[in-house]
Amino acid sequence: MTAAVWPGAVGVALVVVTTLGIGSLGLRLSRTTSDFMVASRSVPAFTNAAAISGEYLSAASFLGAAGLLLTFGADMLWYPVGWTAGYLVMLALVAAPLRRSGAYTLPDFAEARLDSAQVRTICSVLVVAIGWLYLLPLFQGAGVTLGAALGLPTWVGPAGVASIVLVNVTGGGMRSITLVQAFQYWFKLTALLVPAMVMLAVWLDDGRPDAAALGRTDFPTDVLAWSDPLAAGGSQGLYLTYSLIAATFLGTMGLPHVVVRFYTNPDGRTARRSTLLVLTLLGLFYLIPPVYGALGRVYAPELAAAGESDLLVLLLPRLVVPGLGGDVLTGLVVAGAFAAFLSTSSGLAIAVAGVLGQDVTGRTWAGRRLGGVAAFRLGSVIAVVVPAAVALGEPSAGVATTVGLAFAMAASTFAPLLLLGIWWRPLTPAGAAAGLVTGGVGSGLAALVTLYLDGTAGWVGVLTARPALWSIPLATAVMVVVSLLTRQPEAPHVRRFMVRLHTPEALDLDRG
Amino acid sequence: MTAERPQRVRVTGPPRRRPPRPRTREVDAESRLGSLYVRALVREQLWLGVRTLGVLAIGLGTLPLLFWALPWLAGVRLLGIALPWWLLGVVPYPLLVLAAWRFVWRAERNEDTFAELLRELDDER
Repeated sequence: MTAAVWPGAVGVALVVVTTLGIGSLGLRLSRTTSDFMVASRSVPAFTNAAAISGEYLSAASFLGAAGLLLTFGADMLWYPVGWTAGYLVMLALVAAPLRRSGAYTLPDFAEARLDSAQVRTICSVLVVAIGWLYLLPLFQGAGVTLGAALGLPTWVGPAGVASIVLVNVTGGGMRSITLVQAFQYWFKLTALLVPAMVMLAVWLDDGRPDAAALGRTDFPTDVLAWSDPLAAGGSQGLYLTYSLIAATFLGTMGLPHVVVRFYTNPDGRTARRSTLLVLTLLGLFYLIPPVYGALGRVYAPELAAAGESDLLVLLLPRLVVPGLGGDVLTGLVVAGAFAAFLSTSSGLAIAVAGVLGQDVTGRTWAGRRLGGVAAFRLGSVIAVVVPAAVALGEPSAGVATTVGLAFAMAASTFAPLLLLGIWWRPLTPAGAAAGLVTGGVGSGLAALVTLYLDGTAGWVGVLTARPALWSIPLATAVMVVVSLLTRQPEAPHVRRFMVRLHTPEALDLDRG
Repeated sequence: MTAERPQRVRVTGPPRRRPPRPRTREVDAESRLGSLYVRALVREQLWLGVRTLGVLAIGLGTLPLLFWALPWLAGVRLLGIALPWWLLGVVPYPLLVLAAWRFVWRAERNEDTFAELLRELDDER
């Protein structure tokens, strides 16, 4: 890229300064372990909803969705729809009971429901695996983005994002992050919406041209295929589409950073209401990426042909709006993309650090034991450094594709655990463990095959690229069957736990 | 200026503890009636969630099948934009919010009914 880099540099600098500034504001307020992990559960519903959305809208939403829409067309609309609908599934079956369970993390939930240290350990391993699988493409994407926007070498992105996340998380924990995330939702919305409006105005002013009118007929797919909502067409396309739907609809509830967010709600009802607000905020945001996809098809089809579609959002404003206006808009989208990298990776780092802090660094090692906050800080160093190091060694992969695999893994492990744990009393520790391992190994192997042996053709490739449609039913079936085989008389703590999950907090009940 | 001293004002935060609520003994004692009520609440909430997701499955989940069975639908244009872009890019979001809003309202009503039942039960004692 030969174009000026100053707008992007200014934008990124502003985001960094604001993030660290709001973060240090929170630092003065964070004192206890509970502050660090769940902001002491005192966040109002609207702030919390903006924070959930700000954290959730990763680079896959900000950059990846528009790029996929440019290259593949309408079938990629299932990504944003699924990412939003996942919250409806979560609201309908999980949100309030999960909050009422009173646990910090997914392993806490598993232990409270099943009273089993083994299941807890399996959950901890899975949280770390899913968290790293999600962090990896974010760090890789940060490298590519900063490389394209600022002309920096690829290693700067992962290293820079990782260090800022680390400073912020170890500094203020959840309290400061909540404010940062809420701010970043509105920032990301503005950064995507304003350039989209300006570009739409330019397009209308140009007399609404299409690709052919501008002489850009080098697009890889024709118009009809581009509007086909089934990937690849035929039965494989049908499988891919439904598998994507399954992974996104059920994966949301199993993502470690989303689940941790729910514990910051004061009670079950607030959890429901903030989920409703989240759906609204996400719906608003996801109306915009298709605009980039469609305008990109008109003004920048060469990006799809060159396999650089992830950069569409960053490069399009300059291609459409000439001169200073384009520079300013570019600065805005670069800053928004950087905010997207920061917010999601901060949330994931907190979730992984929380688990590591409780189950690894918080344990007694060689006769010494770290305090709660110190263990959390050491945990966050491990949580960030490992995926950043992998990203440095392996700089490229489609952001949305790898994120899709993280969703599939969450959907195949924690989704059945949460659904059965909340609604099905006969679930036993042995059943839960067997199901978690089955789902984790199945979807994990599929992810490894897809990431490291790309190019597997035919149904094998299709089944490993989107494992959710077979791995979720498999994990659920194993969980149910093994539970029935190891069935015991209902324990009193299960009865108490069910009372706790499903009754409103306003009632003074013995919740165990 | 008056010689009167300003009145002392107690500076407090919002109350940390709510006033004592009636204990709901039936549930705690795990009487048949109490656990019956809890089970009824759980069943009601589960059924509500399943119905909400049923609407989601019928509304969104059948779209791929529809486009698979009737491929010509993808070519239909509405206001210059192809039908799939409307059906997947715009329409789902307001519907999702509507379904969520309805669910929240109903779920809270179920809980209120449950609380009301327990209160009546305690009053009878």
